[in-house]
Amino acid sequence: MWGYQPEPGILPPEENRRFNAPFNMATIKQVINEAVERVRMPTPVRLRDLIRHIRAARTAAEERAVVNKECALIRACFREDDSLWRCRNLAKLLYIHMLGYPAHFGQLECLKLIASPRFTDKRIGYLGAMLLLDERQDVHLLITNSLKNDLNSTTQFVVGLALCTLGAIASPEMARDLASEIDRLARSPNAYIRKKAALCAFRVVRKVPESIEIFLPATRSLLTEKNHGVLITGVTLITEMCEKSPDTLAHFKKLVPNLVRILKNLILAGYSPEHDVSGVSDPFLQVKILRLLRILGRGDPETSEAMNDVLAQVATNTETTKNVGNTILYETVLSIMDIQSESGLRVLAINILGRFLLNNDKNIRYVALNTLLKTSAKDLSAVQRHRSTILECLKDPDVSIRRRAMELCVALVNHSNVRSMITELLLFVERSPEPEFKSVCSSHIMHCADKFSPDNKWRLETLLRVIVAAGNNVRDDVVSSTIQLISDSPRELQASITADFWRELCVDKIDRQPLVQVAMWSLGEYGDIMLYDSEFASKLTEEEILDVYQRMLWAPQNNIVTKQYALLSLVKLSTRFKSALQRINRMVEQFGSHLHIEMQQRGVEFTALFSQYDHLRPSLLERMPPIPNTKPKMDEMGGDSPEMESLVIDQVVEQQDSSNALLLLLGTSTAETAILPDTNINSIENNQDLLDLLGGLDGPSLNNVDIPKAPIHKPSMTVFEKDNLKINFEVEQTIDGGYEILMTAYNFSNNQTLDNFVLQAAVPKTFVLKMQPASSTQLPPTGEITQVISIKNPTNGVLRMRLRICYSVNGQTVTEQAEVNQFSPTS
Amino acid sequence: MMQFMLLFSRQGKLRLQKWYQAYPDKTKKKITRELIATILARKPKMCSFLEWKDLKVVYKRYASLYFCCAIEQDDNELLTLEVIHRYVELLDKYFGSVCELDIIFNFEKAYFMCDELLLGGEIQETSKKNVLKAIAAQDLLQEDEAVEGALREIGLL
Repeated sequence: MWGYQPEPGILPPEENRRFNAPFNMATIKQVINEAVERVRMPTPVRLRDLIRHIRAARTAAEERAVVNKECALIRACFREDDSLWRCRNLAKLLYIHMLGYPAHFGQLECLKLIASPRFTDKRIGYLGAMLLLDERQDVHLLITNSLKNDLNSTTQFVVGLALCTLGAIASPEMARDLASEIDRLARSPNAYIRKKAALCAFRVVRKVPESIEIFLPATRSLLTEKNHGVLITGVTLITEMCEKSPDTLAHFKKLVPNLVRILKNLILAGYSPEHDVSGVSDPFLQVKILRLLRILGRGDPETSEAMNDVLAQVATNTETTKNVGNTILYETVLSIMDIQSESGLRVLAINILGRFLLNNDKNIRYVALNTLLKTSAKDLSAVQRHRSTILECLKDPDVSIRRRAMELCVALVNHSNVRSMITELLLFVERSPEPEFKSVCSSHIMHCADKFSPDNKWRLETLLRVIVAAGNNVRDDVVSSTIQLISDSPRELQASITADFWRELCVDKIDRQPLVQVAMWSLGEYGDIMLYDSEFASKLTEEEILDVYQRMLWAPQNNIVTKQYALLSLVKLSTRFKSALQRINRMVEQFGSHLHIEMQQRGVEFTALFSQYDHLRPSLLERMPPIPNTKPKMDEMGGDSPEMESLVIDQVVEQQDSSNALLLLLGTSTAETAILPDTNINSIENNQDLLDLLGGLDGPSLNNVDIPKAPIHKPSMTVFEKDNLKINFEVEQTIDGGYEILMTAYNFSNNQTLDNFVLQAAVPKTFVLKMQPASSTQLPPTGEITQVISIKNPTNGVLRMRLRICYSVNGQTVTEQAEVNQFSPTS
Repeated sequence: MMQFMLLFSRQGKLRLQKWYQAYPDKTKKKITRELIATILARKPKMCSFLEWKDLKVVYKRYASLYFCCAIEQDDNELLTLEVIHRYVELLDKYFGSVCELDIIFNFEKAYFMCDELLLGGEIQETSKKNVLKAIAAQDLLQEDEAVEGALREIGLL
């Protein structure tokens, strides 16, 4: 009759209604709590417990496991949208983020925390926003609304948080949106908010320079404050405004008396414990004011006049025993050097720098060297006084100081001190272990040697030392310029240099290809002088020299180019040496089966020189005439051989009057400049030509106007093609981003000659164009003209070029134009 | 303007990173890795400044922590050293003889201190007293809230 009822004793208490449990609030609450407990997540672990847990992990895998588990829990908690523990979870997430794990799922939680009314939540939320929500994230803009609300809060610390976050992560859009709010806060009577708003405005001005006008009125009162925080932030804001806009700069020049007054008060005022740092009153503010004065006084003698006084005062009154004092002195020196200060003040500044150089603190020395480097551009004579100290710094244990000292030494070289300076620099190159130092310094030394060398002998010896010291790390043209110098020297010098090179060659070291190349070349040319005419006469034999050749030719550490040098010079020796013909012949023959194609070719050809063309050999391998100097010498008088000059004069004269026409032709809208062709000598590739000397048996004279050796395997681009005239460009890019273009003009017609052929080119303003004279101005039928165009590209811009081609055919002048917009250089 | 500030231990573990310039996450990680490696490789006798990419890096070692800041070309390096020193002094005052563990376990407080000293990469307050006062006031706000919350939970509020 009745349904089955389970025994009451086995039922859980909730279902056991036979217990007359009290039916009141307490039991109901307990029942509900228990039910909730079962569904709700356990309380999240505290931040410090998590940190302890992670630090206790012994391996990376263990740490990853802990982190992943915790991340899962945090993610689940975020999904639950539980506001109670959100703060704690985000803090943990930020810690995990700092360890390097991804934390992007916390971004939205930051937003929720920021929106919470609790200060604790906001603090962690804004911290999270600054760490996770920079302007590159998608959810970044969602913060703007919360920021706006918080900027209007009544609690100053909430406003502070919002301003701080805005200053750290503002994007240009956000900055524009909230600029007016920031401006309002910058006028607030509360100094705490005001200083933060001023720096926030500083960031906004940085991101959105147009907003300067918005903040300009507020700046007026920032400098009249007593509060140092507001003062320093105001100065920072004004500095940034002045740097961004020259008009604002002019507007703020009237502030100079105020700034001078504030600075004076700082220096002369008594001890203020609040702002004191080791006896100096508020060095941060002093430095900022000095910087602003510098920017205001730059290029303006009148304004600079107004600050001379206070600068001198700061320079003399500041204590230099601690770093603080030196900081202020450093900034003062920078300011003095930058404005139009009087000479007494500048001398004072240089003396301060000199004192810095003797300071025990390496940071001060570094800073002094740096500043001296910058001022040496303007005031070289004053810096010369400290030359000896700077030379001492070359031996400093710190690499940054050494680098600065080297650059400064190079800047200080002049005609009177060149010998001693170069000696010191050479010692530096020899001793320094870093390869980039060696290469940079050796190229500087070479440059100085070019400019200031007292005579050729010294120059050659210096070059030799550079090549020895720097090993492989030298400038690319050192081999060719050394060879050119040697060939241009008198006979005794040639002999002695060859002897020096021989000595170096015998020292067994690796990694000195340039040395071996030059040594091989000079041995090949002047080996006989060295052996028979100089002091080595009785000390060496031909056999010994040939042994060295044998070693060099087969040494694995010598690269192919070096071996090519060696082989050629060996063949030259066959005519110079007296009794080595057979051995040389044998050695050369071995190369006939070398694995490398170039070497093999040379081996076979040279072997032919010994057999079939033996009669040609002596005349072919005659000693070379002095190679003319092909480099444009910058500061030196003369040095260019006269024949070269006369050849190019007419080209220059002719093209000078048409260049103005080119300017007019091209107009000014695209800001292009027409360039005059170069008056310098053509560059001749010494290396390739030495070997090509054999190739062209009718002997191209080295005094020819132009042998631009177009490198083989280079695709060319046609820039102009019309009326049987075709112009090709072969473009090559140099290491520093410049371009070397070989222009070839072809005449395809069978009966028409194009006379007075002139090519003019114009490039954008940022480029430097140099045109070598063309091979000729007359294009016979099926003939061609070549011309080399070099372009320097200091700003790494995109090259475009406009060409104007003029020639006359059948008595009629023809002018054509072409434009090249894309230069696709070969790799 | 300071571009970023990094604190890391002698083992190369990052303890604090404050970026005042927006870089993509990958770049930040790369910069951090490279800079930490470069600085840890420097010998103790070397000077505190180095050139890195187009920025100047100023670093100083305090006990087991390296404080490293990257500044722009026309900023004063010696002043940055002073800023770093000021930051350490503040932390010292706040935590009472600060050590690396304090910064590890209370990293959020170290961040808050940094945010009271610097804003947007520039100094905002030169008085130690004012910075510490502001931090203390904010901590008090937090405590008040916590007490309030606890009381509310018990039911007394």
